[in-house]
Amino acid sequence: MSKTYYDAADLRKFGKITEWSEELGNKFFDYYGKVFEEGALTAREKSLIALAVAHTEQCPYCIDAYTKDGLQRGITKEEMMEAVHVGAAIKSGATLVHGVQMMNKVNKLEM
Amino acid sequence: MKKSLLARNNDLANTQRQMEILSNGIFQSGELPTFAEKIKETNQFPLKPKKLEILQINLGYMCNQVCAHCHVDAGPDRKEIMTTETMQQCLEVIKKTEAHTLDLTGGAPEMNPNFRWFVEEASKAGIKDFIVRSNLTIIRANKKYYDLPEFFKKHNVHVVSSMPHWTRGKTDKQRGNGVFDKSIKALQMLNEVGYGIEGSDLKLDLVYNPSGAFLPGDQVALENDFKKALKDDFNIDFHSLFAITNLPISRFLDYLIASENYEDYMHSLVDAYNPMAVENVMCTNTLSISWDGWLYDCDFNQMLNLKVASKVKHISEYNEELLQNRKIIINQHCYGCTAGAGSSCQGTVA
Repeated sequence: MSKTYYDAADLRKFGKITEWSEELGNKFFDYYGKVFEEGALTAREKSLIALAVAHTEQCPYCIDAYTKDGLQRGITKEEMMEAVHVGAAIKSGATLVHGVQMMNKVNKLEM
Repeated sequence: MKKSLLARNNDLANTQRQMEILSNGIFQSGELPTFAEKIKETNQFPLKPKKLEILQINLGYMCNQVCAHCHVDAGPDRKEIMTTETMQQCLEVIKKTEAHTLDLTGGAPEMNPNFRWFVEEASKAGIKDFIVRSNLTIIRANKKYYDLPEFFKKHNVHVVSSMPHWTRGKTDKQRGNGVFDKSIKALQMLNEVGYGIEGSDLKLDLVYNPSGAFLPGDQVALENDFKKALKDDFNIDFHSLFAITNLPISRFLDYLIASENYEDYMHSLVDAYNPMAVENVMCTNTLSISWDGWLYDCDFNQMLNLKVASKVKHISEYNEELLQNRKIIINQHCYGCTAGAGSSCQGTVA
């Protein structure tokens, strides 16, 4: 079996990061848990936001985790794909809006 | 329509083979603790019954559906059906039991030719909560079943029905093509006679099983989503939603192995282990009776052929006091009832 940088089974070991820095690790997981509780946004809405961000961050662990989380919450595949498109739209928009910087630079440099 | 594992001569139709899978591999290597080891950590071993509250009777494995996740391996090709002789023995027990709930299941219990007679007789015993687990589509399967909603109403039966999702695609993928539309029609028929309406004594609850290798989400949130979607799209009302975890046995185990999800799924169950759920797990207040009268700690143990660890093993020799002294038989499938908020035929337990 070929070795890869990412191993899906490593996601299950995420909690082990506290072993080498207990206080910071615990603070992170407490914060993480709080963030995903029901609040002004529902846990369902947060799950879809997390899924979109997982894609823009291109984190395979997060994609696995929030796809499963969405299924558990009864979120449909259509809803999930729309969330991914939201992420993609922001990502591509963020690229394209830098085109203005390029245009500014061209306009400044060219006679 | 697909066939049962048994009709396909699938290896997993053999309960011994299922037990080998559940006992070996990641549990034998120590990668995951066995269920016995896990409950020992929280001083909950051995698991013992509490007060008996529910008698669950399986009237047979015959069903008009072949659901992909079915732990019974039920289907049209299954011919195991409870006889009137065993029904008589069950009725004797129902008359004298301390249990407040009678829960009829299958297969499709309505397909037992003596189903109506048995319901009529059992309802005379004055059991407080009389449940029939109906797959819904049976009500639309044949004209002879069209009056089931009226029949249920006449005997004040509490109807509990499976519905894996409020969308057609997810439902049909798990339960078979056309199941969603028939289920919607059946739910509307039940609503028409008064079932599931707010304030109505005619109880209609739905059962949600995940349609894949993942655990159920929060039961209350799912119930809210189901209620809104079924009301908005089909003007359907129901009372409660029971979120039930799929246990790794029979057809669901076959699916987990074939889709290479078995180990991940078992990790998910073990990671979500909740000792609070062990306290109220359904085998502590339930007895399961098979179509041929054998006694089990739960419907899942029935499907794994793990009969009660008691001198009394058959309905013909039923003795509630003796049965209460037994130790409950456990194995790794029990993790399915103790994950997260827990899981039972009545939904979450913690």
